[in-house]
Amino acid sequence: MNEQSIKKKIVVKDTTKVFGKNVKRAVQLLKEGKSKSDILKATGATVGVKNVTFDVNDGEIFVIMGLSGSGKSTLVRMLNRLIDPTVGQILLDGEDIVQMSKEQLREVRRKKIGMVFQNFALFPHKTIVENTEYGLEIQGVPKDQRRIKAIESLKLVGLAGYEDQYPNQLSGGMQQRVGLARALANDPDILLMDEAFSALDPLIRKDMQNELLQLHSDMGKTFIFITHDLDEALRIGDRIALMKDGEIVQIGTPEEILMSPSNEYVERFVEDVDLAKVLTARHIMKKADTIQVDRGPRVALRLMKQLGISSIYVVDKSNRLMGAVTAQDAVAASETDKSLEDVIISNLPMITPDTVLTELFDVVSTASIPVAVISEDQKLLGIIIRGVLIGALSGDNQFINNDGIIEPADQTNSEVV
Amino acid sequence: MNELLPRLPFADWIDSGVDWLVSTFGSVLDGIADVLGGVVEGAVTVLDMVPSILLAIIFALLAYFISTRKIALFTLVGLLFIDYLGYWYPMLQMLALVLTSVFLAVVIGIPIGIWGSQKASVRKVVNPLLDLMQTMPAFVYLIPAIFFFNIGVVPGVVASVIFAMPPTIRLTMLGIEQVPKDLIEATEAFGSTTGQRLLKIQIPLAKPTIMAGVNQSIMLALSMVVIASMVGAPGLGEEVYRSVTQLKTGVGVETGVSIVIVAIILDRITQQAGTRKKKIGGKLS
Ligand SMILES: Nc1ncnc2c1ncn2[C@@H]1O[C@H](COP(=O)(O)OP(=O)(O)OP(=O)(O)O)[C@@H](O)[C@H]1O
Ligand SMILES: [Mg+2]
Repeated sequence: MNEQSIKKKIVVKDTTKVFGKNVKRAVQLLKEGKSKSDILKATGATVGVKNVTFDVNDGEIFVIMGLSGSGKSTLVRMLNRLIDPTVGQILLDGEDIVQMSKEQLREVRRKKIGMVFQNFALFPHKTIVENTEYGLEIQGVPKDQRRIKAIESLKLVGLAGYEDQYPNQLSGGMQQRVGLARALANDPDILLMDEAFSALDPLIRKDMQNELLQLHSDMGKTFIFITHDLDEALRIGDRIALMKDGEIVQIGTPEEILMSPSNEYVERFVEDVDLAKVLTARHIMKKADTIQVDRGPRVALRLMKQLGISSIYVVDKSNRLMGAVTAQDAVAASETDKSLEDVIISNLPMITPDTVLTELFDVVSTASIPVAVISEDQKLLGIIIRGVLIGALSGDNQFINNDGIIEPADQTNSEVV
Repeated sequence: MNELLPRLPFADWIDSGVDWLVSTFGSVLDGIADVLGGVVEGAVTVLDMVPSILLAIIFALLAYFISTRKIALFTLVGLLFIDYLGYWYPMLQMLALVLTSVFLAVVIGIPIGIWGSQKASVRKVVNPLLDLMQTMPAFVYLIPAIFFFNIGVVPGVVASVIFAMPPTIRLTMLGIEQVPKDLIEATEAFGSTTGQRLLKIQIPLAKPTIMAGVNQSIMLALSMVVIASMVGAPGLGEEVYRSVTQLKTGVGVETGVSIVIVAIILDRITQQAGTRKKKIGGKLS
């Protein structure tokens, strides 16, 4: 219990935010279980966030998702108290920031929490490097020191050389990189990003997502990322919280959200998601039938006959993929007394397990034998069978592996190949 | 009607209030008067020591660096024209009066504006006061000014300061409030103190708007010079006033044109000072 709570970076407990007048009465009505719209009618107060409880692990990318007005921005702004919660507790590393004095809070904002904004919020009268060093400047870090840090930070986001430009001279994508660099320059543990990529066009947005993931794995910071785009949430989130009318309706990993939506709202939300962009090779690969290379062509042939397949993968002793043999070649080899190694086809189509289905399609449609899925150290993890790919793309759940259990390829499907 | 509702003696109250102030703070008021009078007269003396042609060139250079070449040329020709008409010295007197008034209006007005931008309660008091100051006929300021400071240039300065201050206060408040909310959020999110937020972000971004306020204050102070001359403030305003009372149309036009020339010079130079940053720096939106 205790050990667990230490690893939690952020703990939010029963936190509520009510905007407007009659706040007390609104809170009372909330306790009585009245809905957001009822309370608005009765008191004129808007419930921004309604009694949420969740925690964020150290080093996690935690995505908060929901439609416009569902309370995402309010929730994230309570984490650094740009908005004061009406009731509730918010612990950062075990310390309740709601109770903090102005000075303590300032210290937390300077050292522990950075923020990136939807419309970049760069200071138009400062150059890129001046923007980047702003956080250090207000902490009183000497000019030459903070400049070094700022330049480093800009390099990290790929903006070396733009130091002396002004924000309006940069494109949107570049401006948001500055926003990111500015937040990173302080070296905070936690980074809050409120729809940080929403103002960017789709291609740049995807680049930024990739770079964010890269930065995250390099630096191990905790990210709170807000988006109303499910594709984005599924792509970058370790866990996703789904909000509706100020409440969190489900928290889970992308797969949990996608595969077992906890209620109708979540279901409707995920219904339109393009599975091809979300599912990866790992989700649809089947167990491969293999033969070790020293067994010889006759054994291979026998195995293929037994399984009713026309080709088989050849691996070495440690299950590293060497290639494949077709039944024809195996027959020829056994007649001429050649070894399996002599007839191996080694330039096979191979992919990594994280390849998304959209990218898989080309490879699979041109390959003559099932495409191999291999790990970084060349181990054969599974194969992609065309029928399964098509089945998965059509949204049929029976073709999708849950919980990482890989089923053996069944014969009817492999014959399609 | 009159018997039912007896007329309240507002005028008497105000008179006795002013009397009380004068008798209580007499020495303080005298001190202020001495300082203000000294500043204005000192400025005139210093300016008059410089040959008119040299001073015109200095102003033209100033205009050139702050503003454009065209305005620099206008400054040179305009000032020499005033000299040629023979109003150089009254022009210097007017300039000293206007610049002193504007200086005071800015030094008092900008802090009030900043204060008001930070506190709704201050705004609630300041805004109606500003409305009052701007709708009150300018003449009215002369009366207490005379009471407190006698006749001469000092009551002229005091009345001009009061009359010229509102735009500076208003536009300082407006400029600071207009700084986009997400920039304020950003400064807060990084842990700025109130002072850092104001000095590093809000005031620099509000500068063009504040300068527009200062510019308007200068124009208002200029428009006060004729009125100020009624209480004995010397300068071009006095010449205009005399020409009106003596029905000298020619002199009236000459002096009037001279004032307009000075107004245009001051207007263009200060306008450019506010927007200049835009050319070098980023967009200020
Ligand atoms: N300062 C405020 N005063 C009053 N109501 C507010 C305020 N800020 C937010 N709200 C209300 O709180 C609710 C949640 O708003 P919030 O901005 O958190 O939503 P969001 O999920 O971020 O939406 P979006 O996707 O549009 O940014 C909305 O009903 C909104 O009208
Ligand atoms: Mg929002």
